[in-house]
Amino acid sequence: MAGNFRLFNFAAPSRFYALSGALIPWFWGVAVVLAAIGLYMGFFVAPTDATQGDAYRIIFIHVPAAWMSMVLYLVMAGWAGVGWAFKARLASMVARAIAPTGAMFAFLALWSGAFWGKPTWGTWWVWDARITSELILLFLYLGYIALVEAIDDVRRADNAGALLALVGAINVPIIYFSVKWWNTLHQGASISMTAAPKMASTMVTAMLVMTFACWAYAFAVVFMRTRAIILEREQHADWVGKLVNPGAQA
Amino acid sequence: MGAGFVAVYARDLRLAMRRRIEALLPIVFFVVAVSLFPLGVGPEPQMLRQIAPGIVWVCALLAAMMSVNNLYAADYADGSLEQMLLSGHSGVTIVAAKACAHWTVTGLPLVLSAPLFGLLFDMDGTALGVLTISLLLGTPMLSLLGSFGAALTLGLRSAGVLIVLLVLPLSIPALIFGTGAVAAVESGLSPAGHYSILGALLIFTILTAPLAAAAALRISLE
Amino acid sequence: MNWHSGAEFFAMGGYGLYVWGSYGVAAVLMFAEPWLVSRRHLRARQEAAHAGPEAE
Repeated sequence: MAGNFRLFNFAAPSRFYALSGALIPWFWGVAVVLAAIGLYMGFFVAPTDATQGDAYRIIFIHVPAAWMSMVLYLVMAGWAGVGWAFKARLASMVARAIAPTGAMFAFLALWSGAFWGKPTWGTWWVWDARITSELILLFLYLGYIALVEAIDDVRRADNAGALLALVGAINVPIIYFSVKWWNTLHQGASISMTAAPKMASTMVTAMLVMTFACWAYAFAVVFMRTRAIILEREQHADWVGKLVNPGAQA
Repeated sequence: MGAGFVAVYARDLRLAMRRRIEALLPIVFFVVAVSLFPLGVGPEPQMLRQIAPGIVWVCALLAAMMSVNNLYAADYADGSLEQMLLSGHSGVTIVAAKACAHWTVTGLPLVLSAPLFGLLFDMDGTALGVLTISLLLGTPMLSLLGSFGAALTLGLRSAGVLIVLLVLPLSIPALIFGTGAVAAVESGLSPAGHYSILGALLIFTILTAPLAAAAALRISLE
Repeated sequence: MNWHSGAEFFAMGGYGLYVWGSYGVAAVLMFAEPWLVSRRHLRARQEAAHAGPEAE
């Protein structure tokens, strides 16, 4: 038990608060540096595309945003599940902190996808499988947020959210398969947003760098939000009292 | 377990019969909603025939979602839900029985009245038959998914809208393959593949939704 | 180097609206989000300071 204790040491909100506070500036630093490198590569090194011209450069924010929205949903469901199964309060707080950021990335993926689609395919919106699935993912995020915000009791909200997120995660493959099938049925020769230009290696590298930049950004923002949630929930704890009123007597 | 199932099922049916008007509201909504579409998109028969399966399915979905809140609301309000769970019968049995009752009162009438709507949209006999079968396979899924949503949002103020938001993404596969079956038969293909997938989805839902809904009930009642 | 002048860079081969429309919104969102979160954090701190360490 003593061996396990060290691992769960940072499961205490007070310790996580301190640790994350120290880490956040580093995450921001990494995010900014990687974004600078990625954008430089994307705009100044990667060549212009033969078919799509310079419009394809949207890919360097569109694809990372889409990947982030998908990964964050799984991470959110995972931590929410841990919080539910082990009654680990911090895990539930982290899950709640992830949701808005995940939704933001999903929205950004859709927005940039639309702005990519208009010059390339002629319309702002194409009901292709990936974009439609991304829209449904946004609905899943919004549903999670709506549910946890609607429930006043914190524990019920955390656990209900966990169940919903896990059910959503299990259904995502089913939904994606259905939408893919639906798309091929109704569009024949599919206009696919993913018919991206043949990727020169510089394009792939730039995309990966941007993805890592988004990862670092996500860590920074989610940790910031978690710290806010910790303070909100642990208002009456002693360590919070000492933190916000350093000079005051207990 | 069987006795508990029958008891809850029979009770819910009896309660629904006592409030026959309330029980019919989802059907009325369904009728009104379906009839609105021609007014919205125009009366051109060719187009209506094409979009009819989609309209019928979506309205069936919405009607099911709207009525599912009542599944638990009344029992929750007067405490009998907790009594049922404490009585020793498993949450899964109770949830399954209630979903069955919901389907009997809401889903089954929808399935039976679907051919009428097909006529409103001038669908031909074969397509109508396929639509009915697809609804027969699909509406139980809607009741099951809806009961998950209702259990999750038990007692919340905005439960009605919340259920729709939560359950609709989960119902999309059923919607796609339900309408797809009709589209297949209309282009001369066999709907068998769609039926198989709908059947598989139904079995999957029957096996998992009651478990999820029972877990949701436990969370909501803690 | 892909661009021979600043103007060329902003024009993005005629697709400027779309490229900058995307990156612009991305920048707005990724500045707004942390800003909103730090405001939430500040509010939480203030509430905690007022709530004080009460006897539970």
